[in-house]
Amino acid sequence: MMSNVRRMVSLFKGVCRTRTCPVHTWTSGAGLVLQSRSTDVFQNLALEDWIEANVDLRQRGVLLLWRNRPAVVIGRHQNPWTECDLQAATKAGIHVARRRSGGGTVFHDLGNLNLTFFTSKKNYDRRRNLKMITDALRRVRPELDVQATDRLDIVLNGHLKISGTASRLRRDSSYHHCTLLHSADRSALSAVLRPSTSGIHSNATPSVPSPVANLVDHAPTLQWEELLEALVDQYNEEFGCTSALTSIDPSDEASFPGIGLFVSELSSWEWTFGKTPKFSVRTVLDLSEHRSAQLHLEVKNGLVASCQVLVPPDWIPQSLADQLSQVLVGERFCRHGAAAAAVSTLLRLDGTGGRLEELSKAVLRAMG
Amino acid sequence: MKVPVGSSCLKDLRMSPLLWIHVSLACGSTCPWSVGPHVPGLCLCRYVKEGDKVSQFDSICEVQSDKASVTITSRYDGVIRKLYYDVDATALVGKPLVDIETEASDVVETPAMAREEHTHQEIKGHKTQATPAVRRLAMENNIKLSEVVGSGKDGRILKEDILNFLSKQTGAILPPAPFQDIRTPPTAPPPSAAPSPPAPVFTGKDRMEPLKGFHRAMVKTMTAALQIPHFGYCDEVDLSQLVQLRSDLKSTSEGRGVKLSYMPFFIKAASLGLLHFPILNASVDEGCQNITYKASHNVGVAMDTSQGLLVPNVKNVQLLSVFDIAQELNRLQTLGAAGQLGAADLSGGTFTLSNIGSIGGTYAKPVILPPEVAIGALGKIQVLPRFDPSGQVVRAHIMAVSWSADHRIIDGATMCRFSNLWKDYLENPARMVLDLK
Repeated sequence: MMSNVRRMVSLFKGVCRTRTCPVHTWTSGAGLVLQSRSTDVFQNLALEDWIEANVDLRQRGVLLLWRNRPAVVIGRHQNPWTECDLQAATKAGIHVARRRSGGGTVFHDLGNLNLTFFTSKKNYDRRRNLKMITDALRRVRPELDVQATDRLDIVLNGHLKISGTASRLRRDSSYHHCTLLHSADRSALSAVLRPSTSGIHSNATPSVPSPVANLVDHAPTLQWEELLEALVDQYNEEFGCTSALTSIDPSDEASFPGIGLFVSELSSWEWTFGKTPKFSVRTVLDLSEHRSAQLHLEVKNGLVASCQVLVPPDWIPQSLADQLSQVLVGERFCRHGAAAAAVSTLLRLDGTGGRLEELSKAVLRAMG
Repeated sequence: MKVPVGSSCLKDLRMSPLLWIHVSLACGSTCPWSVGPHVPGLCLCRYVKEGDKVSQFDSICEVQSDKASVTITSRYDGVIRKLYYDVDATALVGKPLVDIETEASDVVETPAMAREEHTHQEIKGHKTQATPAVRRLAMENNIKLSEVVGSGKDGRILKEDILNFLSKQTGAILPPAPFQDIRTPPTAPPPSAAPSPPAPVFTGKDRMEPLKGFHRAMVKTMTAALQIPHFGYCDEVDLSQLVQLRSDLKSTSEGRGVKLSYMPFFIKAASLGLLHFPILNASVDEGCQNITYKASHNVGVAMDTSQGLLVPNVKNVQLLSVFDIAQELNRLQTLGAAGQLGAADLSGGTFTLSNIGSIGGTYAKPVILPPEVAIGALGKIQVLPRFDPSGQVVRAHIMAVSWSADHRIIDGATMCRFSNLWKDYLENPARMVLDLK
């Protein structure tokens, strides 16, 4: 562990802006290329936060290469319930994470390479970064028709998206990260990238669906390692540095002190779901005997702010439906957990021969 | 210009997103986001509210534009007086974002849409550029601006430059880096602390909050529950043989990936008893007109979770082995700990056991959970001295059980006989094997 610490300190020496590390002046254009050994989406997102917070980017930039086990990553201002089928994701063991940068939803898996370009705000240049990627691809496979678009995507053959971009700007620093589809599993993607429930109205950032392709579909011999090497070489050439690819382990708290706090925050419910911009749910619940009820929910910070269930008057008394609405207010917008507990507790007093239970279960199903 | 001491003036210091970007980035020809016609506005989320005090460089809000998420920081020290947009609203480019009231120790005339937002002043023939806040900081610390190297655009002096200058002079500690938790790496990992109860916070004031959600439902249900005429019946059970049996079976169960506690035995024994006394697994309707004898033994297990008391149930215990019950309990406990129990697991119970003894206690007075008619509370297992058949004092593992039942349909004798049968199975586990279905 101590040797790891020494390595980390020497890696970032002169680049840390903590009290203990003095700031040296580096020759301009120096860069550092890192590769994360972790495939955990929360650890890798936390690593981005850590680098942004702890590394002085004024004189040199950092390129971080990383990939994750299957995960759905939504943008900072998106709604996880509209972007992803949460039940399907949980069943398949796919994590759902909210990143700090804006933009749309991405499906990560081990065939999807992520690149993060850390620079000072002065050197923030997304087009230059994307040019570096397209140059690298053309170098290894000259026959590939790859172009960066106005929307800062990279497309293959003019219309197939192989990369999407997002970024984060703060007072002194910035990062621009993008994906690069090498060999992602597109079937797993379509199974989870659809809404959890219908009837959601929100002004969260929507995702713009596009036809995608993997690089290996059009360049079958392009190996993962070859792709990484080409990118590193091109980065060094474009930004005038001579950095070798350095492998790092973001789960090592000793090398990255405080990274654990970033991981806890990024994996918390409050961040992933609680930060959703307010939205409403308006839908019709189908009941037995061809009856139906209307549901209207307002959700703020991931919690039910208000709830109204309108039932046919001859089916069950509206007052009972109102009791059901009342016990949902203040609980998380989730069919399990506290909402389920509240509903089950109320159902102990159900004298409607099962109709209140049927209504309750329909309401819970509509809750993501 | 003389300004009365203590007065403050509300400056028309409007921070427009477009203006802010332009001034702070100083990036020459390339603007990082195209705020052209296809990007009508920015989406907003906020760190401050009206009345908050802010310092220069504090984060005010976060906005999104063109796939970039940007943190906008304050250019001034002062107090937030007006926020022009609500959280989650779309802000318009070029329009004001926030009004900040600063102290007017030096009055600065700043037109709303000025490109240059700093004052400059001639000192010894040099133009030294710095905002009023930076200027005041330098003055308070007796620093000559001409001696400070500015790192901002066009050599402008920033707050950090003053602080750097100070630290070099006095060897003072720099203000905390943006990420404040950096420590030198520990040489040994800190020992893991035993879970301690949350530290009580004393504020000295009464605090009122409305009962919402789950707690509201509990109020309703518990109020109805105590309308049921309860009677209680208690006894103690000698679990010495069961303790031995469980100890023998524990490793086999763990070999199959399932943790084995005493609860699966208690639950199975209860189900075997219910076969003989089905009235304890029944339900009465609201007017107590009809009684329904439930076919399934869905035995509820009270769990203390972060959300409060939850009672998921194991369905159809009459069909399950002790191992099956243990497996199901593991699943429910994992979900309970994660706050992920669903409505299916939490409803449909017909009989409940509450293992309050796992936290502490001996005898209890449990409350029946409607629409059930009986409940049992199990105390903690204590090693106590008892007499064996030959009159010798021996160590015995004793557990107290407290039953409550609905006296409208259940009488004391029924409860007593059920309890005796249940107790017999647990005191002589071999007899359970004889009657297992």
